[in-house]
Amino acid sequence: MSIATAPTGGPGTGRKNMAKAAAKKKTKSRSRASAEEMAARQREISVSEFFAKNRHLLGFDNPRKALLTTIKEAVDNALDACEEGGVLPEIEVKLLQLEETRFKVTVRDNGPGIVRKQIDNIFGKLLYGSKFHRMKMSRGQQGIGISAAGMYGLMTTGKPVKIISKTKRKPAHEVTLKIDTSKNRPEVVTDRESPDADKYFPEGHGTMVTIEMEGRYQKGKQSVDEYLEQTAIANPHAWFVYINPANETIEFPRGMDELPEEAKEIKPHPKGIELGTLIQMIERTESTKLGGFLQNDFCRVGQQKASELCKTAAKTAPNSNLKGPQTYVSKMGHSEAEALYKAIQDTRITAPPTDCLVPIGSRAMLAGLLKEVKAEFFSAATRPPAVYRGNPFQIEVAIAYGGQLSSDESARVLRFANRVPLLYQQSACSSFKAVMETSWKNYGLAQPRNALPTGPLVVLIHMASVWVPFTSESKEAIADYDEIRKEMRLALQECGRKLGIYLRRRSRMKKEAERRSIFERYIGEIATACEAVTGSDAKKIYDALQKQAAKKTAEADNKLDEDGQVVRKTSRLDDDEQVIIVEDAIPAIDDDEATDDLFGDARSRLRRDPGKKSSRKKTAKKASKKKTRKTSRKTR
Amino acid sequence: MATKKTARKTAAKKATKKTTRKSPSRKKTTGRTVSAKRDKETTGKIEKLCTTVVKSSLAQKDPFLDIPIRSVSNMKFNHRERILEMGDNTQRRTLFNVGQARKFMQSILLSKGCRELIQADKTLSLRGMYYMSLHTIEGTNEKTFNDQSESDGILEDLEVTLDGLREELHVFAKKRGTMVGNITIRDNGDEIDCRRMGTGGYAIPSICEPSVIQFEKCEADFVLHVEKDTVWSRFNEDRFWEQHNCILTEGSGQPPRGVRRLLARLNQELGLPVYCLLDCDPWGHYIYSVIKQGSINLAFESKRMAVPEAKFIGIRAGDYDDCELSPDVRIALNERDIARAKQIADYPWFLDRKPWQIEIRKMLANGFKMEVESLITKDISYVSEVYVPERLQAADFLD
Repeated sequence: MSIATAPTGGPGTGRKNMAKAAAKKKTKSRSRASAEEMAARQREISVSEFFAKNRHLLGFDNPRKALLTTIKEAVDNALDACEEGGVLPEIEVKLLQLEETRFKVTVRDNGPGIVRKQIDNIFGKLLYGSKFHRMKMSRGQQGIGISAAGMYGLMTTGKPVKIISKTKRKPAHEVTLKIDTSKNRPEVVTDRESPDADKYFPEGHGTMVTIEMEGRYQKGKQSVDEYLEQTAIANPHAWFVYINPANETIEFPRGMDELPEEAKEIKPHPKGIELGTLIQMIERTESTKLGGFLQNDFCRVGQQKASELCKTAAKTAPNSNLKGPQTYVSKMGHSEAEALYKAIQDTRITAPPTDCLVPIGSRAMLAGLLKEVKAEFFSAATRPPAVYRGNPFQIEVAIAYGGQLSSDESARVLRFANRVPLLYQQSACSSFKAVMETSWKNYGLAQPRNALPTGPLVVLIHMASVWVPFTSESKEAIADYDEIRKEMRLALQECGRKLGIYLRRRSRMKKEAERRSIFERYIGEIATACEAVTGSDAKKIYDALQKQAAKKTAEADNKLDEDGQVVRKTSRLDDDEQVIIVEDAIPAIDDDEATDDLFGDARSRLRRDPGKKSSRKKTAKKASKKKTRKTSRKTR
Repeated sequence: MATKKTARKTAAKKATKKTTRKSPSRKKTTGRTVSAKRDKETTGKIEKLCTTVVKSSLAQKDPFLDIPIRSVSNMKFNHRERILEMGDNTQRRTLFNVGQARKFMQSILLSKGCRELIQADKTLSLRGMYYMSLHTIEGTNEKTFNDQSESDGILEDLEVTLDGLREELHVFAKKRGTMVGNITIRDNGDEIDCRRMGTGGYAIPSICEPSVIQFEKCEADFVLHVEKDTVWSRFNEDRFWEQHNCILTEGSGQPPRGVRRLLARLNQELGLPVYCLLDCDPWGHYIYSVIKQGSINLAFESKRMAVPEAKFIGIRAGDYDDCELSPDVRIALNERDIARAKQIADYPWFLDRKPWQIEIRKMLANGFKMEVESLITKDISYVSEVYVPERLQAADFLD
């Protein structure tokens, strides 16, 4: 970690850096401080100290964001723990407002719990975690999040973090701890077994974290509410209960009862590492020979590929110690490593395995959107896995259109990385750019130049990867790699095409309905008038004309679609597993009553009727009912 | 219900129309504008039209009406008879066409209305007809007609489709136009002496068929038709018709069918020449053209309404200099006037008339138009005492 962060650093760091730089410069001209004096001031900087002063790097820029980040880190950890433990997650988030700007955040899960020994380090030490050193898809990556949140709480309120955890075998344990920022070490305040706390964990295991902190609660965009809503969309297998500062309980019930498959751990791919990392790996490897190192520490390198790499490397550096696969690793110096690195770049190596990726899946994405977004058309697409810089990744896109979504605003982009919603820095994110550069006009939507499409549209983009390239430590935006953007665009186009088909079909249906209604309006008049003149039975004439009207407008239904094929009554959308059309949500022709609330009426209903506990639940249930109706129709 | 209401209305209207001399015993035959035989023919046509619609409906075929086109494109000028005639082009109006469905429904509604009128032996004005068929379509908030102009257009379509005149459908227009002069007529049984009409004159009815109006006694030598009421009043006050032994008519601008039919009958049945005193502008010229050749819109009625022998007295473009009129009477021609004048000059019935080509060119060269009233600047009675008598004397008119 370089400490060249003077401009962004806290006042302390900045001053120190500047002093150092100035000192270096000034020693040349006139001496003010001797090297010895300076040495007295030079000391190691603890990671926690660094992050304490640069907390914006971790997403604690302002009180509002700090509150969100804290909940986000705790929920991410809870979800990861539950999934790894094979438990269907049930997570309760409670936001208790103590003062205007002071909150008590409690996140409780039903995960496997944490053994007593590990509690201190997990919550009291920065960069301590299970996820950094392995190539495995998970929400957390660096092991900074939750301890940083605890540190922030400690710094703003002086209160320690309280952790109650229960594992299957042992009674619940209550620990309160502080983080010693100067040493990046946990400092336990209280530590006791508390069988009373068992009541929090009806399943017999789980963890509950309570952090008291400065914060600011505000609804709307980038709020805790939004984060939970989006998390519920991306994790339809999880059940969330959210108690907001107004003491209202909002439930996000499950959309499906299956845990996602567990992600497999993989070794790094040779193409995915940089020279420095390679040197580090050479230093740390347990293999003695180069061939063994390449085969054991990387994926997709077998005996043949290893010797090929060694040969190529030997060719580029003929005078080095490189002597094929039998070279001792301990003989590898910098130039040898560089030759090897170059050889890796020049050799074709099979793409990394992709079974390490667990996408949300089209079905689950649709289930998630269906329960949280009140739209009429849903479509999802999952791209096959791809690779950027040797890291396998997979892009998924789902869109929701129409229904109660507001039609005169820009589309809303819901971004996810490994099932975690990204709420900040939208415009810096690769996914946002991908949505913008997709030509939505082709699919029947309005799109101003260099902007998001306008219309009742929600776009969900998910990137699953063993290593999501974030633009910063606070994990807010996905870095813009060409490979990633391309996959996103392709997935968006796939969904867009289906939306286009649907919209064309809908407008055709609407036009036909209008046509039919015009004919039907006049048929009655004509029938009665003709009866008066000719004496023929008006009913008979009416029925005959009615039949003709239906036939005429049905004929027009059969107009050609964009591929020049006759669209049958059962359009191809109907057989598509990745499309859901909620017939009830399609607005009637003259029904222009639109709800401004993006997420339908659930929230506004809640506002009108505080304390009504299950309003969210009800609408969600309705949606799922619709879905089952639809699917049953499909199977028929 | 609507029928009853409107019927009552007509009855009331009729009562006011009748002169005080009318005897109550004649009431029974009133309202009869056409013979019973023609009535039967007309109802037969309407029934046939509706039967075709019913038949094609029951046969699952798209019901349609073939309506002759009433526009310049479907109009021919008969050079021999010098009248406008309608061509054979028709336009198909079908029910299952979004743009035509409503008109189709209206056509059927109005034919039903006309049949009812004929059967009840009553007549209605265009406006009355509109109210008769006006109602809200069941289950909607749409009305069968939005305004009278909509129903007027459909009625004209119906006239040409059924090849029946408006009066045969028992519909009449608002009356317009006045007559005074050396003639006695019988209007719906009432004898009317047009020499004793006071200052107001006899209001020419909308329907002037022989079954309504008969000519009793006529001493007049010719008919003088003027464009508007103001000039007509001038002539009437000056007793012009008495001094020159003529009939004086007026059509309030473009003469309605009643006036044109009356002029045609005076010309055809009594052999009276018709002279027109109209403004010197394209609109005046077109009024003359309509009286003489028939109108484009009603080309199908030209035979009964045109007066191919009608003559144009004035006023003419040259009168500004000849009569030494003051420059104040000049009204500059606007672009529309100029375009219309050129259009009129190109009509085939004007094209082969050299004097007219010269007249129109002269007007365009002048760059201004004049109204008949401009002659009043010379002297109040200049038009009736000098201008018209001099032109008649010299037989100086355009043909």
